[in-house]
Formats: sequence, C-alpha cells, structure tokens
Amino acid sequence: MSITAPEPKANMGQPIPRYDAAAKVTGKAQYAADVPLVNPAYACLVTSSIAKGRIDGFDMTAAKQVRGVIDIVTHENAEQLKEAKLFSNGGYAGTTIQPLKSADVAHTGQIVAVVVAETFEAAQQAAYAMKVNYTAAMPSATFDSAGTTSAPAKGQLAQFKEDPKVGDFAKAFNDAEIKVSAAYETPPQHHNPMELFATSCVWLGDSLTIYEPSQYVYGLKNGVAEQLGIDADKVRVINAYVGGAFGSKGSMTPRTAIIASIARRLGRPVKLVATRAQGFTIATFRAETRHEIQIGARRDGHLTALRHESWEVSSRPDPYAVGGTKTTTRLYACPNIESRVSIVRADRNTPGFMRSPPEVPYMFALESAMDELAVALNMDPVELRRVNDTAKEPISGKPYTSRSLMACYDQGARAFEWEKRSPQPKSMTEGDWLIGYGCATSCYPTQMAPAAARVRLQRDGRVRVEIAGQEIGNGAYTVIGQAAAEKLGVPVEKVSVFIGDSDLPPAPVAGGSNSTASTCSTVIKVCEQVRQKLFEALTSNESLTNEAKGTVGMGQTPSTPSASNDRPLDLERAFDALGVSVVEEYGEWKPEGAPMDSFQAMYKGQVRMVGGSEMKDKIAYAFGAEFVEVRVNKWTHEIRVPRLVGAFAAGHIMNPRTARSQLMGGLIWGMSSALHEATELDERYARYVNDNLADYLVPVNADVSDVDVILVAEQDDHINPAGVKGIGELGNVGTNAAVCNAIFHATGQRLRKLPVRLEKLEI
Amino acid sequence: MRPFVYQRASDAPSAIQNLATATAANNVLTEASAQPLAGGTTLIDLMKLDVMRPKAVVDINPLAASWSNVSLDDDNLRLGALARMSDVAANPEIQQHYPVIADTLKLAASPQLRNMASLGGNVLQRTRCSYFRDVSYHNCNKRNPGSGCAALEGFNRSHAVLGTSEQCIATYPGDFAQALMALDATVEITGRSGVRKIRFSDLHKRPGESPQAETTLSPGELISAFLIPGPWPRSVYLKVRDRQSYEFALASAAVALDLQDEVMRDARIALGGVAAVPWRAREAEAILKGQKFDDALIDRAADAAFADARPHRHNVFKVALGKRVISRALHQAATMEI
Ligand SMILES: Cc1cc2nc3c(=O)[nH]c(=O)nc-3n(C[C@H](O)[C@H](O)[C@H](O)COP(=O)(O)OP(=O)(O)OC[C@H]3O[C@@H](n4cnc5c(N)ncnc54)[C@H](O)[C@@H]3O)c2cc1C
Ligand code: SF4
Repeated sequence: MSITAPEPKANMGQPIPRYDAAAKVTGKAQYAADVPLVNPAYACLVTSSIAKGRIDGFDMTAAKQVRGVIDIVTHENAEQLKEAKLFSNGGYAGTTIQPLKSADVAHTGQIVAVVVAETFEAAQQAAYAMKVNYTAAMPSATFDSAGTTSAPAKGQLAQFKEDPKVGDFAKAFNDAEIKVSAAYETPPQHHNPMELFATSCVWLGDSLTIYEPSQYVYGLKNGVAEQLGIDADKVRVINAYVGGAFGSKGSMTPRTAIIASIARRLGRPVKLVATRAQGFTIATFRAETRHEIQIGARRDGHLTALRHESWEVSSRPDPYAVGGTKTTTRLYACPNIESRVSIVRADRNTPGFMRSPPEVPYMFALESAMDELAVALNMDPVELRRVNDTAKEPISGKPYTSRSLMACYDQGARAFEWEKRSPQPKSMTEGDWLIGYGCATSCYPTQMAPAAARVRLQRDGRVRVEIAGQEIGNGAYTVIGQAAAEKLGVPVEKVSVFIGDSDLPPAPVAGGSNSTASTCSTVIKVCEQVRQKLFEALTSNESLTNEAKGTVGMGQTPSTPSASNDRPLDLERAFDALGVSVVEEYGEWKPEGAPMDSFQAMYKGQVRMVGGSEMKDKIAYAFGAEFVEVRVNKWTHEIRVPRLVGAFAAGHIMNPRTARSQLMGGLIWGMSSALHEATELDERYARYVNDNLADYLVPVNADVSDVDVILVAEQDDHINPAGVKGIGELGNVGTNAAVCNAIFHATGQRLRKLPVRLEKLEI
Repeated sequence: MRPFVYQRASDAPSAIQNLATATAANNVLTEASAQPLAGGTTLIDLMKLDVMRPKAVVDINPLAASWSNVSLDDDNLRLGALARMSDVAANPEIQQHYPVIADTLKLAASPQLRNMASLGGNVLQRTRCSYFRDVSYHNCNKRNPGSGCAALEGFNRSHAVLGTSEQCIATYPGDFAQALMALDATVEITGRSGVRKIRFSDLHKRPGESPQAETTLSPGELISAFLIPGPWPRSVYLKVRDRQSYEFALASAAVALDLQDEVMRDARIALGGVAAVPWRAREAEAILKGQKFDDALIDRAADAAFADARPHRHNVFKVALGKRVISRALHQAATMEI
C-alpha cells in the first residue's frame, strides 16, 4: 500500500493535503462537545429497557437525592413540543417517534427521561438511580417475529416512486437457458461514528445556538425551530467539524429540541453527550434486509430475465425504505425485468440512511447472484460483466451520462493480477490457508442539490469562501478551497473556507454523496461572478478576449496557450477601477432539472436532490470494480482479507489524495460489512445486544493489510459545472459481495447471509 | 459513575487494612465496598457502566516497586502482580523460556490497554457477557443473585460451553490465565495474616449455584505474585477470533509440551473462550501423556476435552472450533523450533 498521494491523471485536481489536517492531528479542531460554554448544566438521558409498552411511573427518590441534580424531565412535566414530521414528508426528522410526549414506549432505548445536573458525573449518577416502572408488551423484533406486518413500499413513501419493471420477466425466465435463483440477507448495522451524539444548546434572549454534529445544519436549524415553534432565523447551528456521521447525523433526532427546550426552561446552557449505547437507539441505523433474486441468461452470458424482490424492516409508524431496486434493475443490459420492495414493520427505532443506503444491501444481493451466474455459466465473472455492460439503462432506455465500468474492471484486474486466478473453487492454497479471489461491481448515483455561497476577494489576493456545507471527514474544506483557488487563479493557501454554520449561505445535506458536486459547482459559479465584476471594471480600458476572460488568472499568467496572447488580469488595476478593496459576491446555483421550488426549499432546510436514475432524459452514476483476496484457515476457519483493490471512475476528481482516502475507507468499510459489522438483536426483547465498540466489530489495523485504490480518469460534461460525481459512498458498495464471492472461490461454499462468521463455514 | 473515595495505599499493610476494614461485613469480593485499583481497565470500566459500585477504591500502584518484579531463578518464574502486561510480553527471557505466557499477553486487548493493565488485575477481569455489563437487564444472576440468566435463552454466541451452570453461562474472557493454568502456576496472596499460596487452578470458582462468587479471595486479600515452574520452551497460545486483533477469544488453547523423540512426556492444555473459568483440559492431557504424537490420538484428546460440553443456541460451534484449536495448537507446539 503506497502512502504517497496519487499523481493526478487526466481531469483530476492537485493532491494537496487536507485543509484541516494540522488542526485535526494536533487536536486543535473543535468538535461540538468541545465548545466551551458559560455555566452549563449537564444532561444525561434515561432510555427505556423495554421495546413496547407503557411507563407506569417513575421512582425518582434516589435520583433527586444526588447532589447537584437540577431537574428531571419526563413526559409528565416536559414541554409539549410540536410534532416533528419526517424529512421524507416535508419535515426534517428521521423519526416521528417523539419521546417525552406520552407514557408510550415504541422501541428499545427510547428516551424516557432527561436528568440535568451541575456536573456530568452527577447527571450520570442520577440517571442510573432513576427507576422506571413499565408495563411491557411482547415486541415484534424483526422478520418472522409474530406481530410484524408487511406491505409494498410503493405508495408508502414519496422517495420510493416505482417498482422498476420492463418486458415480460416470467416468460423470459421460464425460457432461459441458464437460471439462478437465490435468497440473500443483510443484518442491521449502526454507523458508530467516533464522535458521539452530542448537543449543546445556548439561549441568548430569544435566540438559540446549537452546537451539534450535523450533516445538515440548515435542516437541523429549521427542524428545531419548527418543533419549538420559533422563527428559524432565531436558530443557529454550528459545527466546524463533524467526527464522522455516515448518515446518522443527516436528519434531526428528537434529542435536539428536547435539550433546547430544557435549556430554555432552565435559563442556562445545557450540554448533552449521549453514550455509545444510546447512540444505537436515539438515532437511526441501517435496517436488516432480505432479497430474492432470479436471473435468466443465455449460454453466452447475456441476461434475459432479472427479478429482484426485497424486504426491509422499519418502525411501526414510519415507512422508511432504501429501495435499491432503482439501481439493481438498471445496472446491466436485460430486456425483461421485474422488482418489488416491501416494508416490514416491527417494534424498532426508525431506520435511516447509512453510507450507500440502497446500494450496500441491494448490490450485495445482485453482485452475489451475478457471481453465482458466472459459476453456472463457467464464465469469468469479469467477462460476465463485460457481456452485460450497457450504455443505456434497460428500464426506460435513458443513456448513462458516462460509464467507465469496464475500464475500472480492466485497470483493477491488471493491478490485482486477476489472471492468476485459477477458476476452480478450492484450487488455490498456501499452507493452512485456502485462497480465493472475488470481484464485484460498485456503483453510486451522481446527485446534486441547490446551494448558495458567498465569495470575497481582497485586493491582496486573499479569498474567503462561505457556504454552510459540512466537514464530515469528506474533505469538504479542502475541495471547496481548491474549487475557489482554481477558478480565481490564486494559490490555495490564500483561500479561507468557512462551513458548518447555518448563518452562512445554505448548502444541502452532506449526504447522498452530493456535497462536492453541489458545493463546488456553486462556489465555481460565485467565483465567476467575482471575476465578471472585475473584468467589467476593466473592460472599458482593457481588450481581453472572451476566451481569455474564461481562462486568465488573477495576478497569474494565463494558463492555456489560447489565452497566452492576453496579459494576466491586473488585480490592482481592477480594484483601482472599481474604487474598492474588496469584491464580494453572493450567488445561488441549482442543478439542471431541479424543481421550481428548489431555492425556496433550500432556505427552509429541505433538499431537492437531482440525479441518479431520477432525471428525465439521462441517468448518472459513478462506477467501480472491486477485487478481493480472501484467505480462509483450513483448521480454524478464520477469514482474513490480505488484499483489496478498487478501481473507480467518478468524473472530475477534485483532489486525488482526499478521493483516495474516501475510497480506501469505503473499501475497508465494505469488507467490514461482509465480515464484521452486525448489530445483534435479542429477539425476545427487540433489543440491541452488542451496543458498544468492543462487541460491535469493525476492522482494526491488523485486519487491513493491502488496500489499493486506482482512480480511473473520466470526464463527464453532462452532470454539473464541477464535472464531479460523488465518491463518498462509492467505495463501500459491492465489497461485501466481492468478499463472499472470494470466499466461494476459496472454499466452494456460497454464503448468502451477512455477516460471514467463521462458524458459517463448513469446510 | 457513582462517587467513591479514592485512597492511595502507601504500603501493602495499609492497602490491606483499608480493603479489609471497609468490607468486613461483605463476603462476595466483587460486591465488596472497597476495591483495589491496579490498571483500572476492568474496574473503572465496570464502574462507569454502574456494574461495580464500590464506595472506596484503594490504589495499589504505589506497591509497584516491590510487586512488579519479574525474576527467573532455578527455572522458576516469579511475576509480580503489578507487572504490566506489555512489559512481561516484551521480556526476552519469558519469550524464550515461557513463550505461551508472552503470547497470551501479547494477543490480549490493545497496546494501550496492555500498557495500563497489571497481571493481577488481568486474572481477575470479569466476564464480557453483554447482559452482565448492561445494568438495564434485571435478569443476571451474577449481578442480581436469584434474578435469572438473560443469556441462557438470549444471544449467547460468546458464552461458555464448559464449566457452566443453569445459573450462569458466562465465559471467563482472559488469555493470560490459560497460560497460568497450563503451567500449574501458584498464586501468592498477601492478606492480613501474611502470605498464603494457592494453586492458580483454585483461584477461580465455577458459577454453580452462586455465580456472583468468582474467586476464592477474601476482601482484604491481594494477589502479590504468580510463581510458575518451568521452563516450557515448547509452549504456544493459539487464539481464534472474528478479527485479527483487539478481541476476546472465541476459542483458544494454551499448550505446553515436553516432547522427546516424538513422545509426549508431558502435555498441558488450557482452554480460553469456551469455559466459565480458566480451564484445564485434564482428560485430554491424560490421553496424550506418554504417547507418541499422532493425529488420531490428538483428535481423541480433543474430543475428550469437550465430552462434557453444554452448548446453547448460538455457541454450538464452539465445540467443533475448540477441538480444532486444541489440535492446531498441539501441532504448532510440536513443530516449533526451540
Ligand atoms: C476493550 C478491552 C479489550 C480487552 N481485551 C482483552 C483480551 O483480548 N484478552 C484479555 O485477556 N483481556 C482483555 N481485556 C481485559 C484486560 O486485559 C483487563 O482489563 C486487564 O488485564 C485488567 O488489569 P488491570 O490492572 O487494569 O485491572 P483493574 O481494573 O485495576 O482490576 C481488575 C479487578 O481486579 C482487582 N485487582 C486488581 N489488582 C489486584 C490485586 N493485585 N489483587 C487483588 N485484586 C486486584 C480490582 O479490584 C478489580 O476488581 C480487555 C479489556 C478491554 C477494556
Ligand atoms: S451468563 Fe451469567 S453473567 Fe451473563 S446474564 Fe447469565 S448470569 Fe449474568
């Protein structure tokens, strides 16, 4: 594994180091809970130990006796906050289950009381001393539990528009020369970002400041204002850095308005840092899924029929579904396709986005089935993808704006030395280890959303960019700074970037891998405005050609030969002509095809995402090919992954260094979703058993040896001004299938249920 | 965490005095109202989770000057109870003459934890049973005697198959203890009436009817050292787990062989991850002792080790895995270069 930054290839920016690297590695970066408050009170949550039933009452005697306790808030005395509507239903929340409103308990770990004290220690001690008496009912935990209900996703939630379908699947499958039918299963998972779910609320008069790690400061600001019944302009959300999120901090959780309301009632700042275990139930998670796949193919490998039916678990009140069939039915050429997604309701907290929400579980099913088909055909799995590669998605024939899937396969296969794979399962060994090679396709929709930005250029060439994006570890500061530096032709060291503050111009949620595309496209546009203003000041006495205006730098030599006949823009003179020392522009950008109300929605903290399979006349995805070497110990059945290779094409790469980090983390996460990560349910109680980082397994350094990321050059002029496809959620798609495909190759055993644990191997 | 009094011991008698007087009325050591603090990686962890609620914590680290020595005389190893896991694991003499000890320490926890944790605290670490560690479950006989056992019918993948009872199926999670078991270590205990020595195999109690009583130590008694006869250059520790580091064993075996001309003059096997207490597989040893090293024999020995296994819903695999681990560990020991 190389540790130097990758060299940029065609259509790639410079691999500059992270803007926030020094602050982070020296501990100077201030996360929400690090922000010092004046005279704060500390809150601790008490959460329910039952999943279904009622609270009969509380015994607070011991808790109240703890020295320093200020207040104990329960449904009996809490302020009645306004309803929180789901983000998918015109609201901001990830769940409509609102704690502290009634005695009802809807899921395990629901907030039932908040203890507030002078110190964190006192609050925690009193929280432990709280006795809650329940009347518990028998909960329905998951699939197959008594009392669950199942219904088609279509019609239940706006995001799930259709069950994609084309041709006559039944007939084609019936007639197919080669058939594969198999069922797959993925477990519940929790994001477990390092940074816990923290919230500090500070009131100054009727204005509220919230320090909270959020992937969407505008959404949170508006959502909390709505729940508190105050003007959104009175609420400010600040988080300069988010210590990981992976979707869990994308939508509003009930805790924020509760803490804000308690802070208002006490007339002093209140700070909450929920525990690791509470994070499993006070926010969202990736729900378990089931899949049935049927594929019919000709002997030459061409798909003739594909059916993908899935089931996902959600909570009782909220119809959440990721619905990945919109991707899996469009990935390969196939004339006859059918699909269906159903939601199964159980007594659980409402699930939500988790890194590549649809693709991780759904592509596991499809890419495992493709491998099974390759085996049935006796065909190389890479060749099977080649045979079925397509420039148009098969459901409605829309063209992919660009698609470099096979280039990824070819470059990845070369780096991995795929040709050394002997096709027979169990045919490669070394000492006590069975060796297997596997591969799978990775893909993720390219998405964009409206945003606004403010850019200020000073006479000394210094630039300030303001946009309420979020730094969740994605490198937002860095690429936004690069976008401005490139457009204005100033060195990147002269650019300061301000994000993570809802008082800045709005940007969309840092989710759906839209951030770089949306924020950079917007910043580019506003930088154009700045340049335009300067040029206009000079045009009276300057004779720059239009072409030169498009390429010339500020105080720098023109960058292209066509512009070299023109002189560089003289900043001093432009500012002299304007008679000012600062030019500042505010601008808005929205992607092509964005709905009419996009900008209004943007200011209200609601995202109108455009892209993926949901555009009118085209479809946009980033692609990748992943290769995995697995080793299975003959005796102990331990499974290890010594090598991961991923080749990815995602349009313009702003920064090969940060891009590689994202994709590398993705590959590791993908391996983890095959071998490590799973939230274990105690079905009797519908409770999460391993709700801590010792028992919820994620890979440690020793599990990760060689990870190779190949950035495949690609240019796409049909997506957005930045030419950027999202990569944040690309790397961890398909890896789980590639691992299982490699395990099959190593052992001859097909594993269709994740996670793979050593006891599932019967070799 | 609940408030507690922090006392810093100045010497062994004062530590013992503080521990004994505070807790005279209480017999179950783990519930004693004063607890010694060594590295704190078990104790503080469980206090934060509200599982352990001592009123006083007696910091015994000032005793390190006399209690952290490691010495090897006449082939007998003495390990002070306050020696740090990382120091002992890195000791070249131990690596050479007692590799199984170095391995059990090196393969445990993480570097940060090993730097903090002491050997005495290590053998007294408590089970990782999730229902035990989460006080919102009422039904845990170890925490609330007589309340039932949530793990019996719950998620019990990590639980034990040997030495359990109907009251508790929790696994003893430690690694180092398996080396001590295999090598017939002695524990030196310092108490009010001086020093006593017991076999290490007599330190831990099986859960039986009272899983809350985990050891034969009394309040006010401290482990001061471990004495290990040897050397055992042909010894290994094999630990199998879901990830490659920083995890407790699903199944493990500490094995020591005295092998001469392919004959096992002595064979020692202790098992981790599968039993309620540090576990010596004596039936298996009996089959091997005095015999030539042979695959069929080893399979028989492994079968014997698990003859009494009582698996539950999610840990059935531990029986087959445990046997394979014994077999692999024996092979590794037999073939190691010494
Ligand atoms: C995340 C995590 C992973 C871990 N993984 C592993 C693993 O893989 N393998 C493994 O073996 N262990 C593992 N451990 C356990 C770790 O090794 C123990 O916590 C550690 O060894 C305990 O030593 P300590 O000195 O910190 O004990 P302390 O926490 O100080 O003490 C533990 C207990 O022993 C008592 N005590 C301490 N010293 C003495 C003494 N001299 N005499 C009498 N009583 C005493 C204390 O009162 C306390 O009750 C892990 C721990 C954690 C937190
Ligand atoms: S196995 Fe033991 S520790 Fe775990 S719940 Fe049962 S009684 Fe408690």
